[in-house]
Amino acid sequence: MANSTAMCTSFKGELLTGTHNFTPSTGNTFKAALYFATGSLGAATTVYSTTNEVTNTSGTGYTAGGVTVTNANAPATSGTTAYWTPSASFSWSALTVTTAFDAVLIYNSTSSNKAVSVHNFGSQTVTAGTFTLTMPTNDATTGLLRIA
Amino acid sequence: MIETTKGQMDESLLEKREGQSDTDTETTEWVEYWLDGELVHRSVHVKLKHAALADGAASSF
Repeated sequence: MANSTAMCTSFKGELLTGTHNFTPSTGNTFKAALYFATGSLGAATTVYSTTNEVTNTSGTGYTAGGVTVTNANAPATSGTTAYWTPSASFSWSALTVTTAFDAVLIYNSTSSNKAVSVHNFGSQTVTAGTFTLTMPTNDATTGLLRIA
Repeated sequence: MIETTKGQMDESLLEKREGQSDTDTETTEWVEYWLDGELVHRSVHVKLKHAALADGAASSF
């Protein structure tokens, strides 16, 4: 198995029950956690787990659970597509992780750590450095989460 | 000064290597600093181009 980009299937169902609130300031808190390439996150992921989550090779640059997602972007629509994208990059500094990692899980820490989406990228390692994941343009074509 | 596995070091003492890759889904830039054949710093910047899409559907009667 491998990590793969997907909107989590459980998340789609939870949209129908109003489980997740992406409203800036007053909505839920979302977090972003990194995963080793040996993981198998994808559409079937339902909740945040420490299994295969990145751990520090040395130092303390990565904290279990990841970073809080900055959300200043209200969910929006354009044409027949709804979309939402975090308003800032995810970044880890003073990081040393020499085992390859290739995915980030976005999850709702307000709502029992329920999974939102998995985003796969080329395998990376970082040594005494910074890992930054910059978000795509927040629109109906490239937004991080899109429902068409 | 560059943060390295050996603490802060003057950039002039290190060999700098940089690279970039581009795929349909992301652009990745990385920078490495080496000291006497040893990797002492590596930073990575991944720029996502687009991500997860869910198709919505409503059945007609």
